[in-house]
Amino acid sequence: MSAVTLGLPSFPPRSPEGAGFLRGTEKFPVAAHHELANAQLRRNIGKATHTIRAKRLHVTGELPDWEELRDAGSAIKTDVMARLPELLEKFEAAVIARGGHVHWAADANEANAIVTELVKATGSDEVIKVKSMATQEIGLNEHLETQGILAYETDLAELIVQLGHDKPSHILVPAIHRNRSEIREIFLREMPDVDPNLGDNPADLAGAARKFLRHKFMTTPVAISGANFGIADTGTLTVVESEGNGRMCLTLPKTLITVMGIEKILPTYQDLEVFLQLLPRSSTGERMNPYTSMWTGVTPGDGPQEFHLVLLDNGRTAALADKIGREALNCIRCSACLNVCPVYERTGGHAYGSTYPGPIGAVLTPQLAGMHGKDDPNSTLPFASSLCGACFDACPVKIDIPSLLVELRHQKVEQAGVTAESVAMKAASFAMSTSTRWTAAQKAAGLGRIVAGKKGKISTLPPPLNGWTAARDIPAPPKQTFRSWWDSDEGRAALDEARREGKAGK
Amino acid sequence: MRVALFATCIGDTMFPDAAKATALLLTRLGHDVVFPPGQTCCGQMHVNTGYQPGALPLVANYADTFGDTSIDAVVAPSGSCVGSVRHQHEVVAERYGTASLCGQVQTVKAKTYELSEFLVDVLDVTDVGAYFPHRVTYHPTCHSLRMLRVGDKPLQLLRNVRDIDLVELPEADSCCGFGGTFAIKNAETSTAMLADKIRHVADTGAEFCSAGDSSCLMHIGGGMSRLQMGAKTIHLAEILASVESRVHA
Ligand code: SF4
Repeated sequence: MSAVTLGLPSFPPRSPEGAGFLRGTEKFPVAAHHELANAQLRRNIGKATHTIRAKRLHVTGELPDWEELRDAGSAIKTDVMARLPELLEKFEAAVIARGGHVHWAADANEANAIVTELVKATGSDEVIKVKSMATQEIGLNEHLETQGILAYETDLAELIVQLGHDKPSHILVPAIHRNRSEIREIFLREMPDVDPNLGDNPADLAGAARKFLRHKFMTTPVAISGANFGIADTGTLTVVESEGNGRMCLTLPKTLITVMGIEKILPTYQDLEVFLQLLPRSSTGERMNPYTSMWTGVTPGDGPQEFHLVLLDNGRTAALADKIGREALNCIRCSACLNVCPVYERTGGHAYGSTYPGPIGAVLTPQLAGMHGKDDPNSTLPFASSLCGACFDACPVKIDIPSLLVELRHQKVEQAGVTAESVAMKAASFAMSTSTRWTAAQKAAGLGRIVAGKKGKISTLPPPLNGWTAARDIPAPPKQTFRSWWDSDEGRAALDEARREGKAGK
Repeated sequence: MRVALFATCIGDTMFPDAAKATALLLTRLGHDVVFPPGQTCCGQMHVNTGYQPGALPLVANYADTFGDTSIDAVVAPSGSCVGSVRHQHEVVAERYGTASLCGQVQTVKAKTYELSEFLVDVLDVTDVGAYFPHRVTYHPTCHSLRMLRVGDKPLQLLRNVRDIDLVELPEADSCCGFGGTFAIKNAETSTAMLADKIRHVADTGAEFCSAGDSSCLMHIGGGMSRLQMGAKTIHLAEILASVESRVHA
């Protein structure tokens, strides 16, 4: 196909700027600076991630075929991405055949508008919500509020975040950055009719939330959910959760609206078998999540009588068009990569500025929303990793996040054109491309000994290298490089001696 | 065996002791160690910072230098550089290089080993006859652990060192925060990771923190030096090359 066809854009659109939450306001290092200063946050997150990590290792270790399951999950997802259009059409037809309505949303703005219209048509100005990343990504609650519709999160942690006028900082445990006493304060401040003597033990806190939510479940006629999986064959949707609040939303109201990212498709019912093992073990460290809800269209006289499915693109086709980067769409949002990431552990989720934090966020966010120009906070995300690889090891569908990060760095650098860094890298590449040039450069490096002085170490460097010396010394370069030692009498003598020692030892 | 030593750019320039130790150790084990002088850098820094085309001349130079068929194996005292040779050279060659470079890269990659892998897997030795009467803790470095899967090979080697007091490092497999240019671009996060690593080293009471990668040791050592800690860093190769007649001070 030619690059320009009938005036259609040659590359699918990214998520539009200013809509939803796929772009923060600060670059990662700046945002991280603020978060790193919050010792309480670091303690809360460190404690929580360590606990989940240990649980996950325990339950994945129990399965003799864990690696095969990961391979199967990865293969199914890769197949889905390869034939996504076909599967989506099949899925759409199946949902309609079972009495559902299907809407296609190109981006956050369209999805928000569709949902608003659907809610307004019911006459309700309140909705209850099942925890959903897709609706957070598009900023649905905030949009509904501008339209006079109040959305109540029913997942306990989401509720804490919502009542705290805060943003989630973790995919699975959005209030991971809060501890019990902070939660108690939020409840006391924000919940109507809460017992002023509320304690801060989990049972008391859950009790207060239960009382608050029960009323909402019984009186709200519209629910909005996301979906963990959509099955192309049957048109079935699935939500997995721990508390049962989601199931209340999925069964009690008259109208159910589901917003699902188009990448969440599985070809057949049988494929669920793989993912219902991979997901709970990877995310909460449980063998099985307590509630798995599935629904297919509408069933007369039982459950919601009107069902709408909004299929969300919002940059997913753009990610799909990138042969290498599309692997990120395989993500099942288990958050295992967050829980093992040393960077996430120190900075928390807010530093990433997106609904998707942590390692997967660092690759997914720039793919969905782009990383335009040097001032775009998203352009710093691919560099927000030490490439330690813990995320790749933990990922249940084996997404090679470090390689994707390196790939995005490459794309970023290509976009950026000539910069001070690119000039330095080019010079380094030139200097290291032959040993003649390299040995000359090594002589220059030897000058570092003069900088180091008598202390034998360098403790201050000019920008941009001052970040290193803010907390770390650099030893003075040695008098002799290895190669000059190798060519020296001393080197030859040492090797001769080692040879003799070897012979003697035989 | 005729073994070519890949000293790595940082090893050659800044940390020659690790390369020396590797050469002496392999020589003592009876191998014919050579140092092809054409070598420079594996190109990892370029790839990881986003400059893939800039890595091409370095990948080509590596393949040229070590392509020599008289060389049976290439050994480097660096998990991350060997990781780059094994996982990145191919990508760079396929994208920017010629078909013949792709072929060369495959051949050379197949005979490139990190030191502990080479000793345990290829030479089948876990006791190299070393002597090191000190309290040591070992940081396994991310690329050795996850890119190369060296597992506990370095520990197998260390356990057989005579008179060593090997102590386990708490949370050993968490990253030290180096990550190449990450340490500069995200200096504060990197430092926060380093602080925890150093605290764990201090908790062991070890005199030496060892690892199989000079760059990680430069990071850890740089932080320990700033804090004026008594403990020092030392490359795995230096411990393995220590013998009673030449005890490391
Ligand atoms: S990238 Fe993998 S580990 Fe991370 S959230 Fe997605 S599926 Fe889970």
